[in-house]
Amino acid sequence: MARSFSKGDPGRVAYVNARLVDPRDGRDEPGALLTDGHRIADLGPGLFADGVPEGIRAVDCGGRVLAPGLIDMRAFLGEPGHEHKETLATGTEAAAVGGVTTVICLPGTDPAIDDTALVEYIERRAREDAVVRVHPMGAITKGTEGREMTEMGLLGNAGAVAFTDGDRAVADARLMRRALAYASGLDLLIVQHVEEAALADAGCMNEGELALRLGLPGIPAAAEVIALERDLRLVELTGGRYHAACVSTAESVARLADAGKRGLPVSAGVAAHHFALNENAVGEYRTFAKTSPPLRAEEDRRALIEGMRRGEIDVIVSDHSPQDQESKRQPFIQAAAGIAGLETMLPLALELHHNGSLPLMRVLEMMTAAPARLLGLDVGRLEAGAPADLVVIDLDTPWRLSEAGLVAKSKNTPFDGRPVQGRAARTVVAGHTVHELAPPR
Amino acid sequence: MATVAPRPFPRRHLLGIEGLSAREITVLLDKSEKYVDRNRRVNKKQSLLRGRTQINLFFESSTRTRTSFELAGKRLGADVINMSAEASSVRKGETLIDTAMTLNAMRPDVLVVRHPHSGAVNLLAQKVDCAVVNAGDGSHEHPTQALLDALTIRRRRGRLGGLIVAICGDVLHSRVARSNIQLLVAMGARVRVVAPPTLVSPLFERMGADVHHDMASGLRDADIVMMLRLQTERMQGAFVPSVREYFHFYGLDYQKLAAAKPDALIMHPGPMNRGVEIDTDVADDIDRSVIREQVEMGVAVRMACLDILTDHLSNAAPADAGAAE
Repeated sequence: MARSFSKGDPGRVAYVNARLVDPRDGRDEPGALLTDGHRIADLGPGLFADGVPEGIRAVDCGGRVLAPGLIDMRAFLGEPGHEHKETLATGTEAAAVGGVTTVICLPGTDPAIDDTALVEYIERRAREDAVVRVHPMGAITKGTEGREMTEMGLLGNAGAVAFTDGDRAVADARLMRRALAYASGLDLLIVQHVEEAALADAGCMNEGELALRLGLPGIPAAAEVIALERDLRLVELTGGRYHAACVSTAESVARLADAGKRGLPVSAGVAAHHFALNENAVGEYRTFAKTSPPLRAEEDRRALIEGMRRGEIDVIVSDHSPQDQESKRQPFIQAAAGIAGLETMLPLALELHHNGSLPLMRVLEMMTAAPARLLGLDVGRLEAGAPADLVVIDLDTPWRLSEAGLVAKSKNTPFDGRPVQGRAARTVVAGHTVHELAPPR
Repeated sequence: MATVAPRPFPRRHLLGIEGLSAREITVLLDKSEKYVDRNRRVNKKQSLLRGRTQINLFFESSTRTRTSFELAGKRLGADVINMSAEASSVRKGETLIDTAMTLNAMRPDVLVVRHPHSGAVNLLAQKVDCAVVNAGDGSHEHPTQALLDALTIRRRRGRLGGLIVAICGDVLHSRVARSNIQLLVAMGARVRVVAPPTLVSPLFERMGADVHHDMASGLRDADIVMMLRLQTERMQGAFVPSVREYFHFYGLDYQKLAAAKPDALIMHPGPMNRGVEIDTDVADDIDRSVIREQVEMGVAVRMACLDILTDHLSNAAPADAGAAE
């Protein structure tokens, strides 16, 4: 298997006997696809009807889904400064296993990605070590400290695809207003961790009966809604493009619906764990279920799925937050937040298809066409001339997620033992197969 | 596991009151009762836990609870060692789990643990082989305190069921309140919590308590008035405007106490802030205050807990080794 997709010519590969699914144009039909080098050369129902000509390597998809490779808009990849938790090598390997061909990494590193040199560093390290595409988001403020704006224009030119302070919210309303206004002039996307810090900082899980019983300080849903409402006002003032990184409450979905009706340039993401779990996963102080924003109540979880169905939530993200054992084996309040989510995002998202919550096309759209559109990426489509980033998805085979089975460096998952259905059978980046599931027996 | 007869208290640890049945609580209280009598004799020493090691591991300072557990262990004949966070390697960055594993390797039979963070004792209990007694974790639980309070009430009133118990003060942050609410509700008492809205949550109703924000309604016809300690760091503008204002509305004095039954008992888990949550005269009223008695019950309850939990350990001491009868 290719260590890096950017090296070498993969030649011509025919993916035959496939179910071609592309949410961008609604295509869902049996057919075949040809890649030539790093790009898609041709596709369609009639392609290779008379067999694959000599000189082209054939991959039989066995009737399984062939879709654009997934794009994960929110993952922490450790470098630089947190290599003990994750590296570009291990993080992108996890991505490949999860069917993700483009990872957008967060700037909350050490040092933060707040300078063009850091963007270039990530790109260089990705060329050396990554097995899938990696693009960084730049910091909105220097050091993600919420005080001074970064050189967003220059960072954007260097390759930052959007701007965020990672898992920190930009608290200062005046600064946020200016960031949105400034970014609007350059058509840059501002991505906010939606949280009113004064209400959230003391808490460590959803505010409610369970937190009360456990004696843990809670984070009220209002901490998210207040911050979102403020930001929506600022979007109205400035016209800046705004993306709520991962929303967790029913109220937030209602506010987003409202913003959509008013035509504001607003979009939102949801982390897979927020639609797959509720606060009860915390149970007896399970720190693997500690996340930011916290896992919410069952009503919230259901409202998020409804918001995804109606299009008020645009993208699914892994919110991959690798944490080493030291950070998680702590009393709940002291433990670090986060889930290693790159490898579990697709199986969890497919649950929504299997249980009838969302059509398959919508599930995949939220991880392909939607993030590509928001970030202005060239990938995320099945089209002649497009980059050959593909995923073959086995929709139906049941299996169990397991902590030990993860390839990510940190294995903090609350999904150990969860029965799921479907996974990435093959992941292709720029024409190279970077992950292939061992054929069953 | 070769368990022969069903045990009256089939648990390895005592981590909290939550989940205990009325029967299990009664078993603990009945056993405690015997130790109260025993403790009033001249010779209090027994050999039930002879050869056993008890470590009191306190990550948060405490005088009375630690002393009470120490006395309880020693009166049962155990070797008792006290470890406090200040003196241990916890300060040097060793994690809680490392500490637990290290102590576990020394093969204690009982660990008595207090920790400033909720759930820390549960976490530790998962990593050790011995019995663990929660001596208070964060705002979560303090089960032996609830048991000693219940024992005090039961001895004075003959029952718990049907009594009106008002728990007043910083309910929100109180492990004592959480353990007491759950125990008293399980035993059929009617529990009220009384506090300003910043120090109680309406969600306490889901635990079976009625929430009151003024002392007059909260104390009306109460059989028991249980005061909680207000942590000084929670005053001065954070949760209440001032000590003066707090005492004016929520401090227990004779005027507010008049709403309760004429023979209502006054309780406090200690240590008291006189003039903050309780008036000095009320606290010292020998007809009403059972605060000293609570301390006495504490030793008996902890002996009963140690007795019952060590009874489950493998190669338990022979029955003739001096168990309270």
